[in-house]
Amino acid sequence: MPLRFNLVVGGTLFALAVFVGLFAPWLAHTDPVMDANLLNAEEPPSWTWWFGTDAQGRDIYSRVVHGARISLTVGIVSQLINTFIGVSLGLTAGYLGGWWDDFVNGLTNLMLAIPSLIFALAIMAVLGPGLTSLLIALGLTNWSFSCRIARASALSLKSQGYVQAAKVLGYGNLRIMVTQLLPNMLGPIIVIGTLGLGSAVLAEASLSFLGLGVRPPYPSWGSMLSEARDQITTAPWLSIFPGLAIFLTVLGLNLLGDGLRDILDPQSRSTRV
Amino acid sequence: MTAVPLIEVDDLRIDLDVQGRRVAAADGISFRIDRGETFGLVGESGCGKSITALALIGLLRHPLSIGAGRIRFEGREIQNLSPARQRELRGDRIAMIFQEPMTALNPVSPVGRQIAEMFVLHKGKSWREANRLAIEALASVRVPAPERRVKDFPYQLSGGMRQRVMIAIALACGPDLLIADEPTTALDVTVQAEIIELMRDLCAAKGTAVLMISHDLGLVANVCRRVAVMYAGRIVEEQSSDDIFRNPAHPYTRGLVGSLPRLGSRAAHGQSRLQEIKGVVPAITSFPHGCRFNPRCVRVTDVCRTVEPAVDLLDAGGLVRCHHHG
Repeated sequence: MPLRFNLVVGGTLFALAVFVGLFAPWLAHTDPVMDANLLNAEEPPSWTWWFGTDAQGRDIYSRVVHGARISLTVGIVSQLINTFIGVSLGLTAGYLGGWWDDFVNGLTNLMLAIPSLIFALAIMAVLGPGLTSLLIALGLTNWSFSCRIARASALSLKSQGYVQAAKVLGYGNLRIMVTQLLPNMLGPIIVIGTLGLGSAVLAEASLSFLGLGVRPPYPSWGSMLSEARDQITTAPWLSIFPGLAIFLTVLGLNLLGDGLRDILDPQSRSTRV
Repeated sequence: MTAVPLIEVDDLRIDLDVQGRRVAAADGISFRIDRGETFGLVGESGCGKSITALALIGLLRHPLSIGAGRIRFEGREIQNLSPARQRELRGDRIAMIFQEPMTALNPVSPVGRQIAEMFVLHKGKSWREANRLAIEALASVRVPAPERRVKDFPYQLSGGMRQRVMIAIALACGPDLLIADEPTTALDVTVQAEIIELMRDLCAAKGTAVLMISHDLGLVANVCRRVAVMYAGRIVEEQSSDDIFRNPAHPYTRGLVGSLPRLGSRAAHGQSRLQEIKGVVPAITSFPHGCRFNPRCVRVTDVCRTVEPAVDLLDAGGLVRCHHHG
């Protein structure tokens, strides 16, 4: 199979973000929080300060690199929570049916009707700002897509011969769901999970921008944008570089999700032009 | 042997729910299978063979349900068991293999694991022990190089190999009854013969009773000691497989026997045409009055159109449901 453009570019961008996040302490030039020095305040990008410095004289490059850690951690952990909730609900609803299916369906529709960011805002308002409440808020509000996919897959898979055969051979419901249904629906779930990871990174940035997520002085891409908005005309590098980091990561994740769909779901590929 | 039969079906009726109206998809089904016996159920598509098998393993689901009658496994009524007890029976004491070996195996799981799962599920073995038993099970269904094949996924195996794997899974726990629903229909004729021989050998060796379901009278008669013929939801005749070929009592069975092509029969009987049974099977919702075979029967009389024939015992042993048999 020839290598696909979206898979290669998306994968590279995402891998780069993960690499930067993992090795942030070695890649950064200075400490992102402590190394403030008013003598270097608001320096434009140069050979010394790759991405420039902010009003406190902190190195933007080092802060973007460290921000990758927080943004990706929040994105990945909250998306894992989302996928776990969505797949558990969708799989059981699709396979078991009955009142449980109706209940899960109603809940999913409810979640889809409320914009997830507004819902996350409401949760943050109750829990208060901070990393843990950010994880909870994002992890509880974005599971409806994986839930729908899991439910639809379970519905179509449960009439498959091998699921019927498993019933005849005395498998219990839980065993059928775990050994027969789940492995067969992993493809679409991975695709949706990757695409959702992009929105989770974006949602983290939005909430931090609003001051509800990671709080200054700790750097996340969203909180950096928030701090930079007053100086957008005088020191545009303060917004450009964290913005670019968000843009490239989310773009990479969307391309990756698209590329994975091409591989894992041949049906949608044939309908593509 | 007058001991308790392994499985005994007594006047079973299976209802089909058609938009709130209950129609009998099969009724008056009675038969018994003794331990280690091979029993065949023959009939056209839609005559009720497969749903009878589903009823035996307690897996009839809406819109189908058991309307009346009893199914006893070792003297105990299966319907009265709790769902958990029924599930323990399935796969352990009663196993089943299917028509489509292509779809009956999980495509993302190695075949060895699928066999091993049976030992873990029903015999409480550890995975290590179960994997070892899986290799033995594959060897017993004559799959070459079983220690390598256990790691194969179903798509890497041919149709015949997959059906062997299905047989290995079904016989893994040494069940008392194996239900084979059209086990060879999807296979090549040469592979069919191998699979049938394998099934017969393994079941004979383990003393497993077989309920073989097929539309192929020749195949069933070859494998089974006794054969029941179903038509439109009823058993119309039951005889030993020798007698059913020699003296078919019901006109429908006669038609089936007559419609079997025989090698060399053209030469023996001149240019004789293959017989056919005219007409089609009636729909479940509109079974004819009287004998259900009367619109297609060559011996039909007035009584056939009004009176449902009762079960008659045959001199040679066996039974038939026809006014004009013999």
